[in-house]
Amino acid sequence: MTDEELRKLVLSALASVVPELEEATLVADKSFRDQLDIDSVDFLNYVIALHEALKIDIPEADDPQLSTLNGAVAYLGRRLKQQAPTP
Amino acid sequence: MPSLGADMEAGTLVEWLKKPGERVARGDIIAVVETQKGAIEIEVFEPGTIETFLAEPGQKLAVGTVMAFIRGEGERAAAPVVAPILPAPAPGSSGAPARAKPAPIVQPVPAAGAVRASPAARRRATELGIDLAKLSGSGPAGAITLADVEASAKAGRAGPREAMRQVIGAAMARSKREIPHYYLGDTIDLEPALEWLEAENLKRSVPERMLYSVLLLKAVALALNGYPEFNGFWIDDGFRPSARVHLGVAVSLRQGGLIAPAIHDADRLALPELMASLRDLVRRARSGGLRSSELSDPTITVTSLGEQGTESLFPVIYPPQVAIVGFGTVAARPWVVAGAVVARRLVSSSLAADHRVSDGHRGARFLSAVGRLLQEPQTL
Repeated sequence: MTDEELRKLVLSALASVVPELEEATLVADKSFRDQLDIDSVDFLNYVIALHEALKIDIPEADDPQLSTLNGAVAYLGRRLKQQAPTP
Repeated sequence: MPSLGADMEAGTLVEWLKKPGERVARGDIIAVVETQKGAIEIEVFEPGTIETFLAEPGQKLAVGTVMAFIRGEGERAAAPVVAPILPAPAPGSSGAPARAKPAPIVQPVPAAGAVRASPAARRRATELGIDLAKLSGSGPAGAITLADVEASAKAGRAGPREAMRQVIGAAMARSKREIPHYYLGDTIDLEPALEWLEAENLKRSVPERMLYSVLLLKAVALALNGYPEFNGFWIDDGFRPSARVHLGVAVSLRQGGLIAPAIHDADRLALPELMASLRDLVRRARSGGLRSSELSDPTITVTSLGEQGTESLFPVIYPPQVAIVGFGTVAARPWVVAGAVVARRLVSSSLAADHRVSDGHRGARFLSAVGRLLQEPQTL
């Protein structure tokens, strides 16, 4: 999955908990919590949406890495490579 | 039109989700209504067959207005008994034969005969078409003043944000005017609960994860079983305890304002069920789709501002409830354990309760019970 595809997927997961999300105003390296006024329940729903879309496990300790758009794209890219079946 | 909060006066029917002739069960969603708190799904309270709709989409209906007739199981068809505050029938429904004995979705509110209001307020209300029985008075002995009527008219013209602010303001003003609050605070060592939760979450998949807030909710719900004077309503100059614990959860809305829908029977839900209910409730509160029963029957409210960094809070009771519990931020602080000062994660808890129903002595015991339950999270 390319970075651009992951970016769209992250935005889609985010929009599932913040329907009023305006992509154009989102700063890619700034915390979602600070920009979108989301709380822990919203954040969990967002992580669950990512988990269900990608079918990957996300340990709770890794949550901080999902808190920005750039961070989430980079983290998910790494996780997908780790979980890719070896030839 | 059910009342979805202490100060709701009217709602606008958006759409019917059922058709005349359809059978409905208790809890079925029959309509969507737009209120000052957003779009709310209206549930059926009596099973039966829909006979007639008395309102059409787009109509604004006062609380208590009969919206539909539902014929109950085994009931014979009969002429409708029209509620005293039923407005003029909508075009198309005028004179429609309702063959069954009516079973209103909700009971109508009493007629306005005994309302205390100033002569000027009565004249202005008549001019504006405002029902005085739906207003809260700010005058002597709760009498409705001209200013109350003008404020109500203004609320009717307000945008969604202003309208919600006015609804919150009216409820909180009523609370501060009528409820003799007392306040208590405590500090809870949350370390055992958080360590237990962290270990639990390691065993759980992402959708099964739990947040610490669900432990706080469950502890409050369970503690209420021993302190029923904090769980119920003050209605008609008396306390009506509730046999069930419907925990109102204060949810802030991103566009401004807040709403406190209920998680029903929270004391009986296992933690994973309570977590699922919380996730679902918060999602629907912020994106639309709350149900009428969730807004009309919380028996106590829990509010937390911990994620905003607030150390402690002193909440205001939402009438007709008689208590509200607040939690502040969770933070590591010095704490004495077995004679030694150690770093522990602590949270402040607070209780605002109605002195007409309880005293500080019982309030303190209730708040302590919440803290004790959180020392044994495996029992929640």
